[in-house]
Amino acid sequence: MSATTANRWPSNRRDRRDAPQKWGNPFTYFIALLFIAVCIAPVLYIVLGGFRTNSQITTSPAGLPHPWVISNYSGILTSVTFWGEFANSAVVGLASTIGIVVLGVMVSFVLARYDFKLKGAMYSLFAAGLMFPLVIAITPLYIVIKDLGLIDNLAGVIIPQIAFGLPTTVIILVPFLRAIPKEIEEAAAIDGTSRLGFFFRMVIPLSLPGVVTVGILAFIGSWNNYVLPLYVLNSQANFTLPLGVQAFSSQYSTDTAKVLAFTSLAMMPALVFFSIFQKRIVGGLTGAVKG
Amino acid sequence: MSETLGTDTAAGRQSQGTARVGGAGGSAATSPASPRAAARRRGRARMRLEIAVLSGPAIIMFLAFVIFPVAVAAYYGFYRWHGYGAATDWVGLNNYKLIFTDPAFQQVLWHNLLIVVLSLLVQGPFAIVLALLLNQKIRGRSIIRVLIFVPYVISEVIVGTGWSLMLQANGAFNDLLGHLGLGFLQADWLADPKLAIWTLIAIISWKYIGFAVILMLAGLQSIPDELFEAAAIDGASYWQIQRRITLPLLGPTIRIWGFLSIIGSLQLFDLVYIIWGQYISGTAGTSTMAIYMVAQGRDAGNYGYGSAVAVVMFLISLIVALIYQRFVLRRDLRGAVTEGAI
Repeated sequence: MSATTANRWPSNRRDRRDAPQKWGNPFTYFIALLFIAVCIAPVLYIVLGGFRTNSQITTSPAGLPHPWVISNYSGILTSVTFWGEFANSAVVGLASTIGIVVLGVMVSFVLARYDFKLKGAMYSLFAAGLMFPLVIAITPLYIVIKDLGLIDNLAGVIIPQIAFGLPTTVIILVPFLRAIPKEIEEAAAIDGTSRLGFFFRMVIPLSLPGVVTVGILAFIGSWNNYVLPLYVLNSQANFTLPLGVQAFSSQYSTDTAKVLAFTSLAMMPALVFFSIFQKRIVGGLTGAVKG
Repeated sequence: MSETLGTDTAAGRQSQGTARVGGAGGSAATSPASPRAAARRRGRARMRLEIAVLSGPAIIMFLAFVIFPVAVAAYYGFYRWHGYGAATDWVGLNNYKLIFTDPAFQQVLWHNLLIVVLSLLVQGPFAIVLALLLNQKIRGRSIIRVLIFVPYVISEVIVGTGWSLMLQANGAFNDLLGHLGLGFLQADWLADPKLAIWTLIAIISWKYIGFAVILMLAGLQSIPDELFEAAAIDGASYWQIQRRITLPLLGPTIRIWGFLSIIGSLQLFDLVYIIWGQYISGTAGTSTMAIYMVAQGRDAGNYGYGSAVAVVMFLISLIVALIYQRFVLRRDLRGAVTEGAI
């Protein structure tokens, strides 16, 4: 938010000249508001529905909470099931993110800064990975995970997630790492830094924006992943939140208000996380889609 | 580095039979040579070691959990196999014959095709127009961006749970239509086989259009402002500028979004599975290939057949991706996603 204001100051003089344009066309705002309303309404329905009672929802499905009740939310916030699933999601999310970022930065550094014969093939291998999302490989992947004895184990979710997170990471990070000027590397070499020293002292700090973008995308992807936990995790104690939401909504299928409260609490972490870092994501994508 | 390529093979030949350094197959030459060349060769051996250490873990993970499973699927696809013990019941191409003659598979293939085409036709133009509008200097641009990205950020399970509650026959959506005096439009959005697939496409558009808009906005921002200013000085109108400058320069972004959208549509699973479930989706007419794969494979305990369906999905995606890259992304080969493959 501050960046838009910051961007405005240098071009202040031009802005003043066409001051009437500053607020833009009312039509633009109308369309934007309409679009936002369509995007947000279902989410508001879930959040507000959690503050209602079942009889309110039955008599007036599209109404507002009247009166507001917090018992649905407080009930879930004090339940062991919710926090257990929350912890599982957090463990899986953090471990996957760390794995994706560490392995991704290492291999992207090689692809961006070394010259060797198989480089093109290696890059194509990861780029091809973009074409084959998890769902297509889920049946055979399940067999592999089963053979490794990782069924109903959080590691059985984490490890494949790292592998499937690598293609996006490589695609986003390689341009970032390549953009670091050669001169910096040469200067570091003259000062007696090895290439690996250059990697740790210069590359990691300089590519931090890209790394943060990749990390956020990895975390949100892991937090929302459904199909892999569905296959791998069997016991409720190991469920992540997406499985928990589904189990909860079939278990309490008559208690709509409670289901809505559980659902809205389950989406909060990803939403908060994204709102804090949204500029990083847009920035990272800008780098990746630049033609 | 390129001038050392010639000596690279020579060094490799010299070192045949001598010790290999690390996993990279780096060569340590033993033959006498000028100290500089020896130092250079040592440097290259070290470089190969670095390459192996840095890229090894990622490549091993990727091969083991992305590439290897597909190979496993290709193997089990030739067997009737129920998921335990060794696969012994070789059935040749019989699984594939069954898939392509099963009317249910033809139906899910048609659904996927419809989703691919309508995702492109609905989301694409909308996203471009919205991105053009939102790229103007307007107040609250970043808060608008956060809000339109919300449907994309929340998980499929939450989207599915929320929409299936809202769209029930006695749900919030029909109630809202009634309040707006549009009661004649009320319908059973999820269960009516004539409507369900369109409901699904509407939910997909709602969920993923934010991603398209953000991608387009990111693409728009990489177009230099000077081009617009120059065109404006030359007297071009707003829409002329958009048509002659913005759209052509946005081309690579649009084409890459199209690619991601097609691949995503081909593998659609979560939303359908959550809203309709594996059994109802058949009668509501919303099953996709992935639903078919799970229902016929894992849920029926028929892993050989499920693997064969996975292979078919894999090949369809591969063919579509190759055709798309050959004919649509060709012009962008030097940029964007394929940037590193030089």
